[in-house]
Order: sequence, then C-alpha cells, then structure tokens
Amino acid sequence: MREYLDGNAAIVRGALAAGCSFFAGYPITPASGILMAMMRELPARGGIAIQGEDEIASIGMCIGAAMTGARAMTATSGPGISLYSENIGLAVMGEVPLVIVDVQRLGPATGGATTVGQGDVQFVRWGTSGGYPIIALAPSTVAECYSLTVRAFELAERFRSPVFVLADKELGMTLTTVEADAFAPVEVRRRELATAGAPYRYEPAGDVPPMRRYGTGEPIRFTGSSHDEGALITKGPPTIGALNRHLASKIDEHLDEIELVDWDPQPGARSLVLSYGVTAGAARLAVERTRARGVAVAGLVVQSLWPVPEAAIGLALEGIGRVVVPELNLGQYRREIERLAGDREVVGIGRVDGELVTPEEIGAAVG
Amino acid sequence: MTAAIETIATFRNRLPYPFCPGCGHGSVLDRLDQALVRLGRDPSRVVIVSDIGCSGLSDQYFATNAFHGLHGRSITYATGIKLADPSLEVVVVMGDGGTGIGGTHLINAARRNVGITVVVMNNLNFGMTGGQHSTTTPEGAITSTTPGGNLEHPLDICATVGVNGAAFVYRGTSFDDELADRMLEAIERPGFALLDVWELFTAYFVKPNRFSRKAMESLMADADLPPGVLFRRDVAEYAAAYRAAHADDEVRSLATPIPIGFAAPLDQPVTLVVAGSAGGKVRSAARLVGEAAIRSGLWAVQRDDYPVTVQTGHSVAQLVLSPREMPLATVAAPDVLLLLSADGLRKAQPLLPAMRRDGVVVTIPEFAGVETPARVVVLDPAAASTRIGRDDLALVLLAASVAKLELLPVDALRAAAGTGAYAEANLAAIETGLGLARD
Repeated sequence: MREYLDGNAAIVRGALAAGCSFFAGYPITPASGILMAMMRELPARGGIAIQGEDEIASIGMCIGAAMTGARAMTATSGPGISLYSENIGLAVMGEVPLVIVDVQRLGPATGGATTVGQGDVQFVRWGTSGGYPIIALAPSTVAECYSLTVRAFELAERFRSPVFVLADKELGMTLTTVEADAFAPVEVRRRELATAGAPYRYEPAGDVPPMRRYGTGEPIRFTGSSHDEGALITKGPPTIGALNRHLASKIDEHLDEIELVDWDPQPGARSLVLSYGVTAGAARLAVERTRARGVAVAGLVVQSLWPVPEAAIGLALEGIGRVVVPELNLGQYRREIERLAGDREVVGIGRVDGELVTPEEIGAAVG
Repeated sequence: MTAAIETIATFRNRLPYPFCPGCGHGSVLDRLDQALVRLGRDPSRVVIVSDIGCSGLSDQYFATNAFHGLHGRSITYATGIKLADPSLEVVVVMGDGGTGIGGTHLINAARRNVGITVVVMNNLNFGMTGGQHSTTTPEGAITSTTPGGNLEHPLDICATVGVNGAAFVYRGTSFDDELADRMLEAIERPGFALLDVWELFTAYFVKPNRFSRKAMESLMADADLPPGVLFRRDVAEYAAAYRAAHADDEVRSLATPIPIGFAAPLDQPVTLVVAGSAGGKVRSAARLVGEAAIRSGLWAVQRDDYPVTVQTGHSVAQLVLSPREMPLATVAAPDVLLLLSADGLRKAQPLLPAMRRDGVVVTIPEFAGVETPARVVVLDPAAASTRIGRDDLALVLLAASVAKLELLPVDALRAAAGTGAYAEANLAAIETGLGLARD
C-alpha cells in the first residue's frame, strides 16, 4: 500500500504521532495546511489547536502551554519566523521544548507566497538576539517530513530547547507517493517530569535540567532574564556566565545525538554533491545520472542542518576534491562547507528565482 | 492530638519589594496577595505572569508559580497556560507600557475570553526606562519624551477591552479600599477580566506634572475615564467552551492507503503538465490521475503552480508518473502538455518550444495553432456526447489523454474517481473524456 500526500500533511501526522498536544499558528502560505489540519485533528485527540491573533501570540501561547507540560508545536513561513524572533530567544533562555516548523517561501519580506525558497537557513540559526545554540532538521522528502517531525519532538524534549523543522513550499505542498509503512506508529518516549527541585539546576554544564511544569509539586518560576537555578533574576557574573555556557554546551556536547545525514559514498569519487531539503531531490537524481555516465560521485544529504554535523561531513569529505552545494539561496550553507573544506574546491549553485535547482545544473557542476 | 489545619496566611514570600518610595506597585501587589489568600487555592495551582518593566519584577515576590516573559506578550503566555491547563489560576501583572506594545493581545484576549485576570499597574508612563510617555499618558503631560507636553490622546484600556467582550472590567487606583475585593471578583468570574489600576509614579511623573492622588481622581473625571466596575458580563470561558465544543469529536485515522490493483505499461517516467485556469479543478483532476497511477503500481508526484489569489489566473499541475520512486525535481519539458485555457497557455508558453518531437500537446480547437515540435492533438468539447462545464474540462481532457496515450488502465482512473463527494460528476467527466478519445 502507498499513500499520496504532501509534506504539510506528513508533518501533521508526525506531530500527532509524537504526541503533540498543543498547536497555535497564524495563517500563512505555504504553511496554512498545517494550521488547518491541526485545528481539525488535535481537539479530537484531547489537545488544543488555536489560531492566534498573530505569529507573536501563536508562539507565545505555545511557550505558555509547554510550561504546563504540553508538547507544543507552531508552524509558519519566513515572514512569521521574523515575528517569532524574540520568543525563540525566550524559549532558548527558559529551556522550553518546542517544535517550530518553517515552511520556507521565497524572500525577503513578503517575497513569493507560493514560490519556493531556502532563504531561511542562516535566519533560523541566528534569528534572535544574544547568541545561542539551535537545532534545525531539514527533511528532504515527504516521508522525512513525518520522521523528522517526530525526531524534532524527541530532540526538543531531550534538550529542553526549541527545534526547527525546516521545510519549504515544494515539499510542503507537493503531492508525493510514499510507502504506507513510512508512517509506522512511533514509540513516544515519556518525558522525565520532575515534581521537585530547582527548575534550572545543571551539573555539569552540559546537563539538561529535568523538565518541571506548572501545577505539579512545588511552585516553579520561569524567566527570560538572566537567572539562577531557581529562575530568580540575577546579575552575578559567575551565575549568568555559567548559564550562558550551559545553554551552549547542553547541545554542543551532544552533537552525536543530533547528527543526521544520508551519505551515499562511491569508491573513487572525487566529487561530492552536498545538499539538503527539497534540493536533495535534484541532487540525488544528478548523482544517479552522473554514475550512469560512468563518473564516480558521492552524495551527502544533510538532515540535521544545525548544529552543522561536522563529524559526518568531515568523513564524507575524505578523498574528495570538489564539493557541489546546490541550494535555493545565494550560498548560505555553502559558507559552512567552505569553513570545513580546507583546500577543496567548493562550488555553489544558488537559485533565487522561485525555480528548483535542476539535476542538469548539478550534473554540469560535478563535471 | 488535634490535627493542625494550616491556612495560607500570605502568598507573598519573604523578599522585600524593590520599588521606589511612594510608588503604588507595592500596595497593588499587597491587594493581590489579599485576594489570592481569600481565593484560598494552593500556590502551586496559581501562576503569576509578569510583563516587563517594574511590573515585571512583581512575580518574584510571590510564592506561586511565575512566568516572566517578554514585553507586551504576557497575555499570550497566560493564554497558552490557561488553555493547556484550565485548572490553573492565571493572573497577569503588567504596566501601561504593555498595553501599547501588546495592544493586539489585549483586544484579542478580551474577544476570546480565556479565563485569565489582567492587573494593569498604570502609572501613566514608562518607569524603569526613564519616564517616557506611554499609551496612557494624559494629554499635555510632561515626560522625558514629551518635554513640551503630550500631544497624543490616552488609550482607554477599560473601554477597549470592554467593548470587545471582556467579562469583567474595573478602573480604580492603588488607594482603593475595595481593590482586593474587585481583584477577587475578577479572578473568580469566568472569562477575561481586567483591572486598570492607576498609580502615582513618584520618581518621574509626579513632580513635573504636579500629580497627586487628588489630581489623579480629578483627571479620571475630566478625561471621561470613570472609576468603578465598568463591565460585568456572563460569558463562556474559552478553554471550557473549546473543550465542550469538541467533546464529541471522533478521532479519525489520517492514513489514506491506496491499494494497488492494476498494472500500467510505463517503463519510463512520463511527465504531464496540465495548464489551465484557477477554479477549473486542474489540481483535483490531476490528483485523480496520480491516484490512478498509484493504483496501477506507479509512483506519482504532483507539483502545483498558481498565483497567490484564489480562483483567478493560472493553475498549472505538473504530474510525474514513474515506474520507480522519483525525487521531487523540476522537469525541463513535459512529455504531455494539456492546454486548457488562455491563462494556462500564458504560463505554459515557454514549455511549448522545449518539447520533444515525440511529445504530445492535447488541447481544444481554440489553441490548435500553437507552435511546438510536439504532436498537437485537438479534442473538441462541442463534439462530446454531453455538454462539458468549465470545471470538468481538465478531467475530461486528462481522461482522454490517459486513454489515447495508454498511460494507465482507464479502470484505475474510474476506481480512483469512484469515491468522495464528487464521485458522480468525476465519473461522468471521465466517461465523456473516454468518449472523446474514441471519436
């Protein structure tokens, strides 16, 4: 049996499979399909889905709900991520598990509502003030829209952190045939909910404090300001220095748990096509066609976009002389690869005209 | 031995307030403490959500749960908390600054009537940041950003939330004897409740404006901002109403598995582009063909293109049918192009010269003269056995193309169309198309 569905529907099914119990969002093409489906499906499952008065209210409601123990998700596109900005920082600072879906469209500003783009790659990385770590997963197929949304919930819980699912208009709204077993039920890991103890106690710095929630056990505090382990505001340099290092190291020290790539090596390959998201479709075709011409080439599809999976990329770069990075922006992820590539030639293919990079363009760049 | 009954004497903790001498914040928080004591709920069931500014410090002096978030957004966090766990008592403490930057949340919370209580500590200007004017600064008032006197009309917070549906609205001052009573009433009343509590701001506002308790009370009269309970309504609390409205919702499976019961002759991928007008059921017709392909053991991918508007302009569906799984990617030129309308032609024009000689353009007599290396097949809807509506043209021509080009078994298309609300009309359109293909 196979199914015929788009990525937005697969994201909704992933969220429901992962036990999402709270959703708030504001209408925006091309992410509205997620909002409408959650409004339809979540209440029947005992959850709450609400359309906020704007994106700011929507993510704010999600953060509040998460502090009662709800598994929360919101979904929008680039213009909405702009409005999420300060609350992304709040979720980082307050260590709130939250899944944020960005169904990218062409930007900047209103850009193209029904036009594909991958222009939010660095934006989701650096989209709020102060400097902070972030996790972002980029599905490259409709089946991955399901599996990586499930994974995003797991990582959000594991690290008490906002986690992005970075999709795009074509993945979100293109009907695709998927084997039905891609939607197998997943085991939803029960979260460790503590009922006592300081809500922000970590030792060592890379530890993630167990989640506390309102209404269970002794009262807890939450704050977006620099704070101590009890969330009382403080300016003490040792305390706030430790806090900010903790926010980084709780993720940076566990990269092996986050790294996710689809590596397709070939012996003797001197070229590597490194792609992510919807552009991986053309990249996979280009790799296949290049090999059919008798030219060895390797492929790497990066699914855990942030933090950059440096170990996996380093492995894939061994023996490679040229890396081709196709993306629907002017080189946002290419700069991360250049950072890791040493003397290797890094060739970017960037399209910002609302069309997908073609397998032919990639094939020509591989040589 | 007698069991000791422990009553909570205070919801305050032991920390002293940090507010300026003479500031009203402390007495407002003392009244809130009294109201919470009389409410009598366990502190672990109460959440105080504070905004930014000196009002944002408030939560630190209570032994309840606390949420200190971003400026102007306190109402949104409170809404999420209450929606997700209606058994919690949620009180927002914000300043007048928050009613400006968070004005839309104020209005919409009132409309929505989620059961939260908002206490606005309204000292008529920004305190913590240095005495700048706010939404509630009186006309003519001197502040650090209105050195010549405020030219803006002050926001009537109470009327704003009141006319938009709030369950309870009260205006008073930090000196009011009844403040704790009104706070308790606000907390206990279902729906959205707001108390606009005016205060003296001794550090900045009082001196340049010769402000006092008496001046504050006469300002209320002069500015037509009367004190007292201004709105008291019986409303349905949103979190409860939401749950009641969905109590009988049934969980339906989202899985829509498509059985494979046919076999298609394709050994290479075929790309069809259907170019028509928005509102012409282009996408839904193409979807039926995709489903028919899946029923025939093929893999279908349908990528749509249309303007942001609805029901005007072009609607183009690109359908790839393949004997093996195909990633989502652009196809340079289609094997089959269906031209249905002038909108579709405008959008598909660049594809025509790029098509191969063994490609096929299927169209209506109006576009019979298009220039392309591909073979042009003209089907005349006027020759059909029944009149073909604008909405049906896409499916009629798709069915005709499927049959003429032998892409799929037509029974697979019939099977795909045989369910759903439009089954009858779709099946009729398919038969019309099959008829056209035979003629």
